[in-house]
Amino acid sequence: MEATQTQAQRQSVHETHHEQGPGFLRQYIFSTDHKIIGLQYAVTALCFLLIGFFLMCLMSWSKAYDMAAVPVLGPLLETLLGNAAAEGKISPDLYNSFGAMHGTIMVFLAIVPMVFAAFGNYIVPLQIGAVDMAFPRINMASYQFYFLGGVVMLTSFFIPNGAAQAGWTSYSPLATVIETDGQTFWLIGMVLLITSSLLGAVNFIATIIQLRAPGMTWMRMPWFVWVQFVTAFLLLLAFPPLEVAALMQLMDKLVGTSFFLPTGMALTSGEFATAESAAASGGGSALLYQHLFWFLGHPEVYVLILPAMGIVAEVISNHARRPLWGYRTLVYSVLAVGFLSFIVWAHHMYLTGMGTFISAFFQTTTIIISIPSVVILTCLFITLWGGSIRINTPPMLFALAFLPMFGIGGLTGLPLAFNFADLHLHDTYYVIAHFHYVVAPGTIFGLMAGIYFWYPKVTGRLMNDYWGKVHFWASLLFMNIVFMPMFYQGMKGMIRRQHDGGAGYSSARNPDGIGGLDDTVMEFNTVILMGALMLGLAQIPFILNFFLSLKYGEKAASDNPWRATTLDWQTPTPPPHGNFRQPPEVVRGPYDYSLPGAKEDFVPQNQPA
Amino acid sequence: MEIPYVTQPRRDTGLYNAKVGIWLFLASEVMLFGGLFASYIMLRVGAPEGTWPTDLLDVPIGTINTVVLILSSVTVVLAWSALKLKNFKQYRRFQAVTILCAVTFIVIKSFEYREKFTHYDVVLVTGERVDGHLKERGEDEQGEEYLVLSHPVSYPAVNGIAYRPEAVREQKKSGQIDADRRIAQSEVKSIKNWSPAANTYFAIYFTMTALHALHVIAGALVIAWIWGPGASLWKTDPERYINRVEVSGLFWHFVDLVWIFLFPVLYLL
Amino acid sequence: MSGHSPEEVQLEKKRYLTVFYILLVGTVVTVAAYFVELPWQALTVLVALIIASVKGFFVAGYFMHLMDEKKLIYVVMGFTFFFFLGLLLLTIWAWADTPISSW
Repeated sequence: MEATQTQAQRQSVHETHHEQGPGFLRQYIFSTDHKIIGLQYAVTALCFLLIGFFLMCLMSWSKAYDMAAVPVLGPLLETLLGNAAAEGKISPDLYNSFGAMHGTIMVFLAIVPMVFAAFGNYIVPLQIGAVDMAFPRINMASYQFYFLGGVVMLTSFFIPNGAAQAGWTSYSPLATVIETDGQTFWLIGMVLLITSSLLGAVNFIATIIQLRAPGMTWMRMPWFVWVQFVTAFLLLLAFPPLEVAALMQLMDKLVGTSFFLPTGMALTSGEFATAESAAASGGGSALLYQHLFWFLGHPEVYVLILPAMGIVAEVISNHARRPLWGYRTLVYSVLAVGFLSFIVWAHHMYLTGMGTFISAFFQTTTIIISIPSVVILTCLFITLWGGSIRINTPPMLFALAFLPMFGIGGLTGLPLAFNFADLHLHDTYYVIAHFHYVVAPGTIFGLMAGIYFWYPKVTGRLMNDYWGKVHFWASLLFMNIVFMPMFYQGMKGMIRRQHDGGAGYSSARNPDGIGGLDDTVMEFNTVILMGALMLGLAQIPFILNFFLSLKYGEKAASDNPWRATTLDWQTPTPPPHGNFRQPPEVVRGPYDYSLPGAKEDFVPQNQPA
Repeated sequence: MEIPYVTQPRRDTGLYNAKVGIWLFLASEVMLFGGLFASYIMLRVGAPEGTWPTDLLDVPIGTINTVVLILSSVTVVLAWSALKLKNFKQYRRFQAVTILCAVTFIVIKSFEYREKFTHYDVVLVTGERVDGHLKERGEDEQGEEYLVLSHPVSYPAVNGIAYRPEAVREQKKSGQIDADRRIAQSEVKSIKNWSPAANTYFAIYFTMTALHALHVIAGALVIAWIWGPGASLWKTDPERYINRVEVSGLFWHFVDLVWIFLFPVLYLL
Repeated sequence: MSGHSPEEVQLEKKRYLTVFYILLVGTVVTVAAYFVELPWQALTVLVALIIASVKGFFVAGYFMHLMDEKKLIYVVMGFTFFFFLGLLLLTIWAWADTPISSW
């Protein structure tokens, strides 16, 4: 009965769109509707995720088979990138470019736009019962800046000397003196991306503050909304110092200032090639750049992980048919994480020779921030306790796998928080493994859970269950094959950012050297390469599933196929412009699952008692 | 369905959307200029002995610009008040003064920039350092290039630019500063103008003031748009129009606020 | 401060003019202090920053109505200011506590 009504309504919505709706351009390209913008973000970000992944595969190849022609793709690389990929080989400079751009693309162009901008745009207004974002046109501008930033970043691959090579952190003075305009492109791209993030963050916060539906009090907001709220604040306040750093480095690069070039630094390459000219201006501080960068850099880590936690919380509560355990604790924890993340940044800089007092301070705050993080994870685990768990669906599998994977990533971070342990592990593959466990099997699993979970709301069809599970199990296996060996390599002393995968340090080449890497360490490079390629294959079922389900997927039985409580599921499918049939009125908390005495095992937020 | 609280305040927050938006934006601006001020402090305390110059900028001109911005700030709030009294004509007059002030500020600033770009700092082979306003540049009868600096200040190059103010004081007393100085190409060891690349002080001065000037221009454009082509909203939705004036005004005051700190930090300290 | 009644607005206007004069005086005092030789550099800096802060207080407090604003804005700006102080002070502390401080 209700289903047919929905059908009729959907039809009528569709028809009005045909009659007087905006044209294709207005509707899909220059749309101001938060859902379309969310989808634009999602599609673009997923493309960048794939590009970042390809770069990673090429880097793995270079690490395992240094200076060997890349099979299959080699000629293509040479055509596209010219000399840097002569004979289809990845030159050391090109490896550095790939490394820098892999990090940049993954962090700023793939993960943040996906978990924050895409999910946030689509889901947050629905969950708080709003008709749209507070500033729809600013929302559109935010996407356009992001897109432009992405274009600038990608273009930099094809200029002479190629893209930026100084790592995603772009430390000065290295970044300033490498002879490539790629760094300039990088900086301009970053300014655009930062602008986009700021506009997005203002919009998110204003929306959550101002546009909550009647009855949607702060403590009735789904935890996902809280998480996006905190994330938006992190972006709003942490990004500007990086913008300062980017502008100053841009000045160094283009105008010849020396903000980050200390007096007396001898330069051997670049435009400022004489030691004298560097000294003539001088007075700059290389450490200043690191402070400004990591003031963003650390909150950014939480920008990457928090939204994924939010998605996982929604999925787990829904699939365990239990209220989220310790909702208030979770809210306070995420606020604490957000607050503390601003005062931990220099734990990335123990190796700069900071004094013991300041090291102790940052060490302490870093350890403190692990407490709310563990609280969050614990609450998610306890939510499962005694639940009536629907385990065998792709969203739940991904959400459940997130917990131990993020656990590994988080716990392996503890040694890095202590400066004495960090001195050994800094800049080794251990660090790479640590933060990739947080971001790859962590955040990416979270966002996969989100895609499988909300797909039926966006399209009205479910993604194929069987192939979803194939995707999940294969991804889980190969993710671990890729990243687990890196812990071992790192602890053995393998340093990051080496195009030969540490071969230069291997004991085979330096039999008498101290601290050479033994053969097992080196052989893992091949294992990682194989794991990465298989991981790539494992994504094919997902990509096919994603597109084919648009047309052939099983139709969702109702507007609320997961029988969820939050407002996003109480809309027509897909939600029309304006989102709700009638303005929702919220009368209860966000997770009323298995309420004693209720007719069904879930009670939507807008359903009166 | 319409987006709510575009003009009317939401009851629990007491604010309309744009006001929340502008304050959030200003929060990020605080961090932006805060990052720059923090950088300024770091660069200044970290500068090697003798390399941080003072008293290079024209204080009277800086003072005039400060007054101009303060005046524009008060006309913005007065314009807003006039609008609340439904006195559209008065609003227009006040806001016209604001826009004029913005233009004045930018014009003065660009003259100041020009003044610095044409100020040359020359180290001579003798170890003397002379800087002055470039008056003339040419070739003499023998075909040798030369330049003439007006109001030249000279001091030993080893002393560093931090000792320049002392030299200025002495040479003002002796009247040496009033005589033009002619320097032949053969005497010159190195020469550069007071551009951002001259030293870290000028680097941060130009970066901060240029970014501030961009804010002035952006703010003036928004205010001018609301004043001119956007004014039709006054007839259809006066409440919303007043809100726009208020929000653009908040941004303008922030720009003024930044200058209030920039002026002493860059000109006086 | 959102008073729309004519009397309130007239009062506001008066207040704005007062603030304007205060700011002018502040500017004059700042510049005057610059020409006065103070015993130490630190004192000059202190005086200049105090005057700037007072001027800033009047602009933010009266022109931007922060004296009489909604709680939400106080919370947002309070946290922002706190994080700005964190950036400033921790960076300076880290710099001061670094044995090789020239970089």
